[in-house]
Amino acid sequence: MAPKDRKPHVSRNPDLIRGVGKYSRSKMYHKRGLWAIKAKNGGAFPKHEKQAAAAAPAEKPPKFYPADDVKKPLVNKRKARPTKLRASITPGTVLIILAGRFKGKRVVFLKQLTSGLLLVTGPFKINGVPLRRVNQSYVIATSTKVDISGVNVEKFDDKYFGKKVEKKKKKGEGEFFEAEKEEKNVLPQDKKDDQKTVDAALIAAIEAVPDLKSYLGARFSLKAGMKPHELVF
Amino acid sequence: MPFKRYVEIGRIALVNYGKDYGKLVVIVDVIDQNRALVDAPDMVRGQINFKRLTLTDIKIDIKRVPNKKTLVAALEAADVKNKWESSSWGRKLIVQKKRASLNDFDRFKIMLAKIKKAGVVRQELAKLKKETTA
Repeated sequence: MAPKDRKPHVSRNPDLIRGVGKYSRSKMYHKRGLWAIKAKNGGAFPKHEKQAAAAAPAEKPPKFYPADDVKKPLVNKRKARPTKLRASITPGTVLIILAGRFKGKRVVFLKQLTSGLLLVTGPFKINGVPLRRVNQSYVIATSTKVDISGVNVEKFDDKYFGKKVEKKKKKGEGEFFEAEKEEKNVLPQDKKDDQKTVDAALIAAIEAVPDLKSYLGARFSLKAGMKPHELVF
Repeated sequence: MPFKRYVEIGRIALVNYGKDYGKLVVIVDVIDQNRALVDAPDMVRGQINFKRLTLTDIKIDIKRVPNKKTLVAALEAADVKNKWESSSWGRKLIVQKKRASLNDFDRFKIMLAKIKKAGVVRQELAKLKKETTA
């Protein structure tokens, strides 16, 4: 058969326990149809002749043999992938941030970035949290969801949030203490516009649900009698 | 103070410990001084220690160890579910369950509602106070 899409081969010999198959060698011979293949080929299993080994390029003997055995590092087949997202966190979930300057704020989850961090927004107008990255471990996922279908978050990735690389100025003696570093980090206007576009659709969805706006504007705190391990979020 | 709730065949009890915690069961037989045979529509009939039961006021009319069909019919006839859910004990349990299952958003909404209600009550009180002093 021409090598088309072959399904991965399933064993015809189910395990009774690990290491012990259900069928004996002779039964398996019959099951695999080797008798039929042999019959079709006139009594012997069809062979193909060995492909002539391609002539390996002539290797020069090495100049240097190390005195002790050089250890080879173990093979590592792991692939880098973003942190596994908790099942309770889906786009549109309201999250409670637990650490940092926005601790206690209830915030809307947009998407997971390739670094594994969660892209999140206040919305800014409601609670002052801008488009921001936050780590999954510092977040409680509530079961409240916001409709996020009107929001386009394709353009945001980790590079968007990286620190801006400044061009190094040449060192000048007298210019060391000048007004170079005085300009504070002003948010560029395009980032402010991005915030506005993302929030516009979100705020419309939020205002559709009664009390959700004031909910997102309020901070979460533990009160007397609240037992976190018994609370349902 | 005489006893009012007796262990008898047909007494409805609440399981207060173990795998069937919180279920309403019917005592269908008494095994010995400490154990009873109990049955409920959603469980397999089995023995349970009296210490794991809290007796209720409700009693139904059944013979000793009825089969499941008869038991369910008797429970329907006596309307145990509604009697339980309208009793103050039953209502309290329902409220406890509801409170335990509240979402963070639900808790927020309840807080707003409480504040609103307190505001209305306070207004009425102020009005009444004004009337009495006037």
